[in-house]
Amino acid sequence: MNKVRVRQLWFAATLLMSLFLMLVPLPGPLTPFKPYWPALILLYWCLQSGDRVTLGLAFCVGVAADLFDGVLLGEQALRLTAMVFIALRFRSRLRFFPMWQQSLAVLGLLLNDRILLLLVRVFGGDPLPPPEYWISPLVGAALWPFVFLILDDLRARLRIHEA
Amino acid sequence: MALNRDDTSPLFAPGVAGTLRLIVYLALACVLMVLDHRGGWLGNVRYGLSLVVEPVYRIAGLPSQGFQAATVAFADRQRLTEQNQRLREDLLLANAKLNRMASVAEQNQRLKELLDTQHSLSLNVQLARLIGVDLGSFRHRIVLNVGARDKVQPGQVVIDARGVMGQIVEVMPTTSVAMLITDPNHAIPVTVERTGLRTIAYGSRTGDSLTLPNIPVSADVQAGDKLVTSGLGGRFPPGFPVGEIRDVAQTPSGTFLSAQAKPAADLDRSEDVLLLHDLAEPAGPPAPAPNVGPPADLAPPPGAPPAATLPSVTSPTATPAPARPSTAAPSTGTTP
Repeated sequence: MNKVRVRQLWFAATLLMSLFLMLVPLPGPLTPFKPYWPALILLYWCLQSGDRVTLGLAFCVGVAADLFDGVLLGEQALRLTAMVFIALRFRSRLRFFPMWQQSLAVLGLLLNDRILLLLVRVFGGDPLPPPEYWISPLVGAALWPFVFLILDDLRARLRIHEA
Repeated sequence: MALNRDDTSPLFAPGVAGTLRLIVYLALACVLMVLDHRGGWLGNVRYGLSLVVEPVYRIAGLPSQGFQAATVAFADRQRLTEQNQRLREDLLLANAKLNRMASVAEQNQRLKELLDTQHSLSLNVQLARLIGVDLGSFRHRIVLNVGARDKVQPGQVVIDARGVMGQIVEVMPTTSVAMLITDPNHAIPVTVERTGLRTIAYGSRTGDSLTLPNIPVSADVQAGDKLVTSGLGGRFPPGFPVGEIRDVAQTPSGTFLSAQAKPAADLDRSEDVLLLHDLAEPAGPPAPAPNVGPPADLAPPPGAPPAATLPSVTSPTATPAPARPSTAAPSTGTTP
């Protein structure tokens, strides 16, 4: 029982952490390089324990992120829901990819996410973003192996600690 | 749930139930976005949820605060001394200028009293600090540590030591969000200081400069011209520095000149900012001319019989006229 609770706590803590990381600013010139943390963490949980991540959860995380962000309620909810849907659909295959292929898949998902964001913003009347806008998915994909391995390692340790 | 159970989800065939759920959630998200975009609901919701949001902002701002504290703590003595020296020189210079300005300001005040205008050179400001929070990339917004409890209102102007930074767009109980003048959705009415040309400076796509897309072709605008707020539009008070023109070029259509300007304020470096309390002159026609004529106490009371000195024919129209000053005086102050 306790073990289950610890796992749920860990799950919730990583999601909260991703929202925090989204808010923490990077020093000026590095700003465009910031990866989209909620997406990475959600993707990890999609692949690792697909039972827990549902579209509803993605929607809720997105709405929470929108509240913190304060731009347009529902924007990130839309993006995260779409991304989680694709990831869950191909989960069985993604899990058995070698790491570099997984990174490429993540790059594709993040690029798709940026395109969705672009659509939403352009529909909302914003001008087209500068070219730096497209850097973030690349950084996210490059970081993916590390995120995946670190989170996996932490999870394994928690489980060992529990057992 | 049935979508991704290992025993039920086949390796390649897509599920159907998931698609339906996806459509529902996407529709929900779209409805939220439209409602928020049309009605600006997010502000109300955020104000309600600010109990949760604000502590998160404070915590998320801690790393950058710690980083600054660390830079000060680990900065070597020499650099701090140099900085101190430079600041002292700046202060000396500023004080010297102020002393010279004081007499000019006083003279200006007297002249203005003579002219009976109500512009004042004094500033009514409130100090605020930035909270280091990233509100999404390519969003030119900053979070300040003052809010509704400090009597901050949307529309207040944010300035720093060098110029206008932006304006408050959203107020929560103890924090507020300001939009910078470089935001693509922001525009600020300016005049070119050298020639007095009025135009509008918009934020730009790249976010570190201002764009002035519609200057008449015949206008005299050069690189290096200073831009100050014009005070038109009723949001920004006149006379604050906004930026400096970098380059001027013709628009592709050839009907206008388009200029790029560099903001005067340190948009990405300022830590402490000032919030202006008094807003600009309200837009609209000027207030009625000041009252002239004899003082009101010389006028007979309204119900009094016509004075004997006036001919009885003109008295019904003449008696209310001197009484007008007493009723018109408050209305000049409250004209929107």
